[in-house]
This record gives sequence, structure tokens and C-alpha cells, in this order.
Amino acid sequence: MDNTFTHLENNNKVDDGGGKTHSVIAVCLGTGGVAAGGNYVYQKFEEEIKRLNLDITLGKRVCKTSKTGCRGLCSKDVLVDITIPGAKPLTYEKVTAAMVPNIVEEHLVKNTPIEKWLAKEDYHKFYDSQYRLVLGNCGVIDPEDIEAYIYRGGYEALKKVLKTMKPEDVIQEIKKSGLRGRGGGGFPTGEKWASGAKYSADEKFIVCNADEGDPGAFMDRSLMEGDPHAVLEGMIIGGYAIKATSGYIYIRAEYPLAVKRLHIAIEQAHERGFLGENILNSGYSLTIFVKEGAGAFVCGESTALQYSIEGKRGMPRTRPPQSVEAGLWDKPTVLNNVETFGNVPIILTRGADWYSKLGTEKSKGTKIFSLTGRIKNPGLIEVPMGATIRQIVFDMGGGIPKKKKFKAVQIGGPSGGCLPESLLDTPIDYESLLGLGAMMGSGSFVVVDETTCMVDMARFFMTFCANESCGKCPPCRIGTTLMLEILTRITMGEGEEKDIEVLEQMSDEMKVMSLCGLGQSAPNPVKSTLRYFKDEYLSHIRDKVCPTATCPALHKYEVTSEKCVKCQACIRNCPVKAISGSAAETAVIDKGKCIKCNLCYEKCNFMAIK
Amino acid sequence: MATTNEKSLQAEEVDLLALEKILEDYKGKRGAIIPVLQKVQNKYGYLPESAVYLIAERFNISVSEIIGVATFYAQFHLKPRGKHVVKVCCGTACHVKNAKRLSNKIESKLKIKVNETTEDREFTFEEVSCLGACGIAPVVTIDDHVHGEISPEKLDEVLDTFKQPAG
Repeated sequence: MDNTFTHLENNNKVDDGGGKTHSVIAVCLGTGGVAAGGNYVYQKFEEEIKRLNLDITLGKRVCKTSKTGCRGLCSKDVLVDITIPGAKPLTYEKVTAAMVPNIVEEHLVKNTPIEKWLAKEDYHKFYDSQYRLVLGNCGVIDPEDIEAYIYRGGYEALKKVLKTMKPEDVIQEIKKSGLRGRGGGGFPTGEKWASGAKYSADEKFIVCNADEGDPGAFMDRSLMEGDPHAVLEGMIIGGYAIKATSGYIYIRAEYPLAVKRLHIAIEQAHERGFLGENILNSGYSLTIFVKEGAGAFVCGESTALQYSIEGKRGMPRTRPPQSVEAGLWDKPTVLNNVETFGNVPIILTRGADWYSKLGTEKSKGTKIFSLTGRIKNPGLIEVPMGATIRQIVFDMGGGIPKKKKFKAVQIGGPSGGCLPESLLDTPIDYESLLGLGAMMGSGSFVVVDETTCMVDMARFFMTFCANESCGKCPPCRIGTTLMLEILTRITMGEGEEKDIEVLEQMSDEMKVMSLCGLGQSAPNPVKSTLRYFKDEYLSHIRDKVCPTATCPALHKYEVTSEKCVKCQACIRNCPVKAISGSAAETAVIDKGKCIKCNLCYEKCNFMAIK
Repeated sequence: MATTNEKSLQAEEVDLLALEKILEDYKGKRGAIIPVLQKVQNKYGYLPESAVYLIAERFNISVSEIIGVATFYAQFHLKPRGKHVVKVCCGTACHVKNAKRLSNKIESKLKIKVNETTEDREFTFEEVSCLGACGIAPVVTIDDHVHGEISPEKLDEVLDTFKQPAG
């Protein structure tokens, strides 16, 4: 099985400049790493190495620092791998610049790793249970160096395709692999390419949809930041298969680092002849442009995305014609998601037969999920299709922190649904999720615990959809607004019994009548919470109680004496000293002083405040 | 709307020389409107009215078409913004980790509401949808610096560092 560690060992030779094997220090510099101070850590390593190189005249080890992309476990950042030739690579977690001199001194000079700073069991559990195929290079190679990608077999698939395969063969191979669109809908990629190849025109486009707008999803960002060449290679192969004349990557402007790295990758690919005129002397030419989006969720919809590239308001249109017939500038256009393209080189290198053995009957390969929310180890994980929710949440994610109980997982963002504990053993694939009222979506996987109110969650997503509705079709524009109004009323304690019925009816109507996927799937979070957590709606409506005490309008701020363990955490945290109590006495909240800031509720690990 | 003084807005002098260079770069290119608006906003911090008129003239399209595009996308601003832009991420992961408390903190500390700018033009406060840094939720960005796993108390301290006089 592929895992990070064997990759690291292989990677050891990447930086091999002059026949010597170097020690490699790899500092995680994805968005998470940088936010945690990764650049300072990197600089400090550079300084220390420079300083010590002067000291150690014998210089048996040539150390080189390299930047790696996101490896997906941002909560433990800054992560630093140190590989000394001949020794097992070791990883330090939560490294700060202040720790660097010690690490260099002890580990690199004296060869005695600092045990207490090494990554703990959580880190290993997180990686060992994954199957990192598409993410295989992320967090391992330097994404700004094409050599690192080539060393690990990069662009081999492209060479094979251009030298030995006809476009039809490529499409056939992708069809055979069973690859389906990773953007959410799950449309078979081979089919899409085949219909794209059917149309001929003076211009034809291959477009990469990198407008990752689902709140809670960041797999595309990480892939582009960590392994941009893989995405490019997939696109070039796709372009060859459908005979595209140029390509566009439509990426969110909110991802500056990914934009920068794609530009670097494109430039390097041009220099090496993988892009541009007459690629590798095959006679095929392709240029790829990066287009930055301007902040509109609906532009993830393919027709809206194309209008946005054209410089117009990104509003979807009715179909047909499908994009493969008349897409960007009314020319045949094939549009795939970042992760889909990331799969393509792997399929062509390892073969469709090998690839199609992974996953379930109808969903092949792996899927990357961004695991976030109330979870011990939030991060990016890749598993074969068919893994269960339980494996992801408890084996890789490490379960729920602070002794709280698992309540639900929200899969697929604003178009997806909330699945309860009883469905933890569901194997995940496109069909199973749809059947349960969720959706693969782009793969956001937000875990919520017993302190999260499901009505509030539904209201949160509806707020998002109402804000992002482009306003072109009334079912979505008016539907999201009205549903939001009802949900808000319920969370304010002003709900009525008949609201539930109205919500259900509107959900069905919006699904049928809306123009694009945004409106059609916007009711999903409401529908799924009504399906699995109806009792929470009812207690808001009938009893005017929010069972999780999330909805501030319904808060009582009282201590349940049976649950209070007298730990006084609430007393210490109360900013207005409204809570009294001691190790011997149950806490009591003085309602006259209480400012309803909700801090006591959050700090209580025992759900004793309601 | 914003607390920014309307009078000072009109008095704003916009140097359109820089715009000429941007327009030159995109002359004759298709799909140029959005990249041009992005460059203009990078330059001026917002889309000045005079710039919008000039773009319309050069690209031979109507002003309303440009305003249509500019108002469709969340990224574009038709009014000047503060020196520092504070963005609270309101994505799902941040939401379940109480991002609302961060917004409350900013509102009470800077005495502005969402999408407003402080009177001294130091800070603009915005709530944005997912920044894709869910692994380190909740997240606030100040200018382009990402602050992960931030608490209201910590945010308070960070904002204070901006308020200190230079030097």
C-alpha cells in the first residue's frame, strides 16, 4: 500500500544534486502550514544550516530544505520531515521557529531525534489508514519544482499517451477505468470525453473547474498547491483525447497560493515541452490559461463558469445545448474537476484494469474528503470508494474531541445532507449517498457533535444558498429566501406546526423547478435534517426549546444539577462573574448578571448548561 | 451604508494613468473584463467610478454591463475600503467552531458592522464564505495573512497590533 513514508524514502533522492545523497528537511508550506508560521520555520532551518555548514567543515551531510505542499493534517502544523539517508524518515509536529536550532543540533548533527517533539500516534493513525493515490505527491514533493514531479514518474503518462495511443484509445481507457466526475455529480468521465470528441470546430476547449466553493471543502486547493503538475498532466491528456485547442483553469481568487503554483507549473511545463506547440514532437499543441474567479459560488456550475470566463455575469443557462456541443464562446467544451484530472495520469500509468479494481461496483478509484468540524484530527484524507463513514470519522479522524458524542456528519456541502449515527457503517459511494439524501458533492465532510443544533445547521446552509443564488430563476431566488425565513423563525422560537409540511413541500418543488444544481440541491440540508432529526425541529416548534442550546433566542442559561460535576470551568470562563459555585457545590447562574454570551455552555464538557 | 464619509468619497482623486497600462495589456483580448476589473481593484483598492467609465469607453461596452459584472461577484467593491481588511470565514467548519463570536468581537471592538469601514479608514470588516482552510478553523484573515484556530481573545490581541502607532 502506498503511504507517505515509503514516498518519503523514495523522495530522498530527489534532491540528489551531485551523486551524493542528501539529508532532506521538508517543511509543510501549504495554506495551513504558512498560517501556523511555516515560513519562519523554513527560514530558521535555512539560517541554521548555513551557520552549521561553516562549523562542520567535514560536512558529511548536505542538508537541503524543501517546500512541500499541504499534506492534509493542518491541525498539527507546522509539520517537518527529516530524512537522513539510511534512517527511517521522521516527522516533527507543531514545530515553531524556536524549536528549529534544537532539532538541527540534536537530530541532524548528533543524530539523536528529539522524541518528545515527534509526531504522535494520532498522526500515524491518520496516515496509515488512508490510501493516498491522487494525494501521493502532496506533502512529499516540492510543488514548485517540476524535477521532483518527473522524478516520481510525472509526465510518464503523457509521454505514453502521445507516443503510443490515439485519442480514441485514451477515451476508451478512461471509460474502462470507470472514473466518474469528482466535482459531485459523478458523471462518467470517459463518456463526457467521448461526446466532447464527437464535435469538431475551429476551436475546442478543455476546462478545469477549480472553483471550489463548497464551504468545508479544500481538497482541490490542496491538490493544486501540493501537486499542480498532476492536474496539468491530466488536463493535457484530456485535451489530446478530445482534440482541444486550448485549456482554461477557472480557479477561485481566494486561493492565491494555488494560483501562483499553477502559473509556475505551466511555465515549467512549457520549458520542458509538455505544453505549447507540438508537445513532445507529437504534433499536438495546447496552451493552458489560468482564469481567476471573482467570488460567486454559482460559477461552479458549468455553464455559469463558462460565462464567467467570457467576462459576463456568471449565471447558468438552460440546457441543451450541452457544453460538449456549445460551451465556452459557443465552442465544444469539456469541463472536469481538479480531482478528476488528478486521477487521469494514474489511470494511464497503471492501467484501467488496475484502477477499476479499486472502489465499489459503480464508483471506482479513491475519493479525497476534507474532514473538518468537531473532530480530533481535521484534515485531508483519501480513501478507496466504499470506505465507511465510521472508518473516516473514528479511525482517521480520531473521533470527537472533548468527550462529546458524535451526532452527524454533513457530506457534500450546501448540496449535501446530514447523516446520523445510525448510518455510520454506510459504505460511501455516489449511489449510496444519494439514496440516503446526501450527495458526494465535492467531498466536504463536516462532523458535528451533540452541541450542534441541526435546525441551525440547516439554516446556515440555507443562508449560504440564499446569498449565493444568482437570482435568475424564481424557484431558487424566492425559494431559498422563503425557506430561510421559515428556518430563522423556527430558531427564534416562533415556528408553527405547519412549517414542517411547508418546508417539505418547498424542498420538492425547488428540486423539480430550479434551473441549475444550486437551486435543485439547496433544499438537501433541510430535507435530510427533517428526515433524520425531525425531533429537533419539533422541540423548537412545540416546546420552544433548542435541545443543544445553540439557538440564542431559546437559551435559558440554567445548570442541570445532575450533569454538573462541579469542575468550575464555567465559573472561570464567565466574563461577568455571573456564575457561583465551588468544588462542593453545583454551579448557579445569576440571570441578573448573565449577558448570554454562551461561553459557559461552550466550555462545559458535560452538557450541564442548557 | 458604510460609515465612510460620502463627502471624502467625492473628493477622492483617482489617478487614471495606471489604468491606461492595464487597459493596454488587455487590449483586444477576449474575456478581459473580469481580469481588468481585478487589476483595477488591486491598484486602487476598489473600482472608482471614473475608472469604470474609462473601461466602458475603451472596450466599447456600456457602463451598466460593467456594473452588472462588478455587482455580481463578491470580490468587487464600488466603494473605497479600509487600509486593513479583516475577513471572518463563515464556512461550515468555522461555523460549527463558533465563527460568529469572532464577528461579534470585531463588531464590538471596531464599532462597525459587516461590510463597513471604520471612520478612520483603517479597517474594513467582511464575512466571507469558506476560505478553504477548514483544517485550522476558525479562521480570520487580516489583509492576506491567515490566522488559524483563533479565539476572540487572540483576535483582540492581533487587532491591537495594528492599532499601535508606527515605530
